[in-house]
Amino acid sequence: MTAPALAIDGLTVAFDDFVALKDVSLTVAPGESFGLVGESGSGKSTLLRAVAGLAPASDGTIAVNGKVLGERRDKAFYRQVQMVFQDPYGSLHPRQTVDRLLLEPLAIHGFGDAESRIVRALDEVGLGAGFRFRYSHQLSGGQRQRVAIARALILEPSILLLDEPTSALDASVQAEVLNLLEQVRAARGLTFAMVSHDLAVVTHMCDRLMVMQHGQAVEELAAADLAARRVSRDYTRSLLAASEGFRREA
Amino acid sequence: MSALLDVEDLRVSFPTRTGVVDAVRGVSFTLGRERLGIVGESGSGKSQTGRAIMGLTPEHGRIEAKKLAFNGIDLLKASKAERRALRGKRIAMILQDPKYSLNPVMTIGRQIVETLRTHEPVGRAEARGRALDMLAAVQIRDPERVFDLYPHEVSGGMGQRAMIAMMLVAGPELLIADEPTSALDVTVQLEVLAILHRLVAERGMGLIFISHDLRLVSSFCDRVIVMYAGRIVEELPAARLAEATHPYTRGLLDCMPRIGADRHPLPVLDRRPEWAL
Repeated sequence: MTAPALAIDGLTVAFDDFVALKDVSLTVAPGESFGLVGESGSGKSTLLRAVAGLAPASDGTIAVNGKVLGERRDKAFYRQVQMVFQDPYGSLHPRQTVDRLLLEPLAIHGFGDAESRIVRALDEVGLGAGFRFRYSHQLSGGQRQRVAIARALILEPSILLLDEPTSALDASVQAEVLNLLEQVRAARGLTFAMVSHDLAVVTHMCDRLMVMQHGQAVEELAAADLAARRVSRDYTRSLLAASEGFRREA
Repeated sequence: MSALLDVEDLRVSFPTRTGVVDAVRGVSFTLGRERLGIVGESGSGKSQTGRAIMGLTPEHGRIEAKKLAFNGIDLLKASKAERRALRGKRIAMILQDPKYSLNPVMTIGRQIVETLRTHEPVGRAEARGRALDMLAAVQIRDPERVFDLYPHEVSGGMGQRAMIAMMLVAGPELLIADEPTSALDVTVQLEVLAILHRLVAERGMGLIFISHDLRLVSSFCDRVIVMYAGRIVEELPAARLAEATHPYTRGLLDCMPRIGADRHPLPVLDRRPEWAL
């Protein structure tokens, strides 16, 4: 059996006295798409950030492709794992052109053929060459998120960490970005770990998912089970009910 | 039933360096004591429509309309003082995020009392009593305690309830809610909506509910207006949303992922230039 793409065991993240993530374990197989759902403060984003090295793990282990990660992430790690953030307005440098933004990771990792890679990356996310020398403020929210995805893909990682990649977008643009993500996953055999507060988005995108609350795992289940309402915990049930919209009392 | 609000051919435009941007281009509707939803994506003009009615269009924006009347009062001809007297008293507005729309350096109770005393000659003790009653009406369990808290000390859901309390304390006839629950978690969202639903019904207010979420609006409102590029593309009873005919409305309904529906890839909206004509 090949090593799981991502294996987290007993992960705890504490900020001073506040425990944001408490003893969470999960494994994601290579090529699998795994979802994390929960409300604000459930620790779902903290988990992704801990994997990316942006939040300090105070206990537990994280292993990527069979290799246990230390406290510091090395360059090789970031070639394997890349992240896309929620806010397309905040995650792109406002004074760099798209070209410069995409060049940065290539320069850091010493890739030679920057020119052709940038052209290919823009093409892959459905932005033409016309976008290459624009600034992020000249782009719409959906276009910015495409640039962020291009930036993550340009290093050809095997794992993509997606932190609410579409929650800042309009519904119609969300559909386009979700389709794009599915398309690149299929084309490159990527592993996804995706955080969302939206159950419908997660069940659409993921094979398996974990429901989180107050920094702890509530339930882990297959997307198909969720769709068929085969859930065992009340909290998951209340999330399901809430995602169906407002109901007037009789 | 006489109309509470009568809007005819409303236009809002903003001069910019690169020319005039028409945010709202000829919107007409009337509102009775009912719940009207305005739905659209960013840039559709839904919020600017609400702001024009409220009188909160930025200084440099230009408002034109054949008619913009609230209870027979011509809002276009009303002076700033008259608008101020209406705003908060007879027309109130709930904004999206309580983190930004509440005053961070004033306790919640003082903010509610301030609203009340701006519009009614009430004494300190009576104002406090009414503020506490209002906090209880939005189902805040311990009104005395919350009265003395600052906005940063409460959760988003609690902050939004305080906001609703503040807006309803002067007893407005028309409430404009601009994405009132978009910043909240789904389960909290439903609690806040239930409170809003009950209060609007009890007090017989007119409500304009502005949102990007077509499904949410249709489950909450009586009637829905769908806006695209500053115009109304479709108007229909909320219960008959499934029978929407305009391709934009249909597209919006279709492109949302649904639990249990296996649709890969999701249908995307094919924006036609003629919708914006």
